Amino acid sequence: MAAELHVELVAADRQVWSGEATLVVARTTSGDIGVMPGHQPLLGVLESGPVTIRTSDGGTVVAAVHGGFISFADDKLSLLAEIAELSDEIDVQRTERELERAKAEGDAAAERRADVRLRAAAAR
Amino acid sequence: MGAQLRVYKRRIRSVSATKKITKAMEMIAASRVVKAQRKVAASTPYATELTRAVTAVGTGSNTKHPLTTEAENPARAAVLLLTSDRGLAGAFNSNAIKAAEQLTERLERDGKQVETYIVGRRGVAHYNFRERKVAETFTGFTDEPTYADAKKVAAPLIEAIEKETAEGGVDELHIVFTEFVSMMTQTALDARLLPLRLEEVAEQAPKGEILPLYDFEPSAEDVLDALLPRYVESRIYNALLQSAASKHAATRRAMKSATDNAGELINTLSRLANAARQAEITQEISEIVGGASALADATAGSDR
Repeated sequence: MAAELHVELVAADRQVWSGEATLVVARTTSGDIGVMPGHQPLLGVLESGPVTIRTSDGGTVVAAVHGGFISFADDKLSLLAEIAELSDEIDVQRTERELERAKAEGDAAAERRADVRLRAAAAR
Repeated sequence: MGAQLRVYKRRIRSVSATKKITKAMEMIAASRVVKAQRKVAASTPYATELTRAVTAVGTGSNTKHPLTTEAENPARAAVLLLTSDRGLAGAFNSNAIKAAEQLTERLERDGKQVETYIVGRRGVAHYNFRERKVAETFTGFTDEPTYADAKKVAAPLIEAIEKETAEGGVDELHIVFTEFVSMMTQTALDARLLPLRLEEVAEQAPKGEILPLYDFEPSAEDVLDALLPRYVESRIYNALLQSAASKHAATRRAMKSATDNAGELINTLSRLANAARQAEITQEISEIVGGASALADATAGSDR
């Protein structure tokens, strides 16, 4: 059996996903980081961006995460986010409308959020 | 039907209508308590993980941060009071307000100037009626607070604490909320949120766990910078949720006793109505008997 790490993806008001994984890729403020089992204990600040979790049964879970933290110790990884959505929870059409609106209004933060959602949705 | 009896009947009807309403409110509140409790439970994983992370940075590095260092001479303090938008919850709001007033008095005795922030229309109304100064108020979400609401409440508070005291900032942040102990017990209490005592945070973390030496990304200061505001928000969110659950529990209890009282009142009124009806019947009988015997006496007299 390949080494595994336990992942908990939690948003402020709910637990979004939890399970075993072999690789987690997330975007911290200083760049993308990939965490595999046996990684050194880590605590980092996340940027809004897609998080990719390669589950131990070979599947892939993608989530759009907006701000938060990644912490890893003893093969347990927690992703804390104020807002987190799994890719299949994202309504692509609505997000596209949001993106249009954000572009029209010049709202950079909203544009970035919508963009992250769309990329997460495209990656499923 | 006699006038007395009619009055009793009318009062019984109105009290039963009230009883129906309070019964319905009791049931609604009961279902909302369960919902609110579920929300508290759903927010727990985030809070636990955040607490762990804060403990890890706090114990694993010697970083100083404005949110964790105590001012030498704290001169100003902010008090955040959580009340509800709606009443009919027994002593829920007055207990919270009383706790806030005691805290304010204590802080003022220590020579601190107090800025009050209020959540919930009830608290706002109480302070406005007494024409007390309130720094900021938030209303409209106390029944079902969301994380976005907690962020909205936390933002001005964090801003105030990061500002220099001389420029209108505060040195301390206290929160007054109603802790949901159980369905029957809710206690209003105050707690100091900031500056954070890292030892206290460490006590909340699971015991007997040795925290690993973390590698901070990008740096311990930056992580702490990002973590602490989130920690405050999460604490405020938790307090909002507990207040909401407590409010619903208090409403349920108040409405239950209102329903019980209405039932008692109906019983008493029905007894009085019965007595009035009986008195009316007795009166009628005695009138008939009296009339009959008077007639009998009269005829007996003319026969003679």
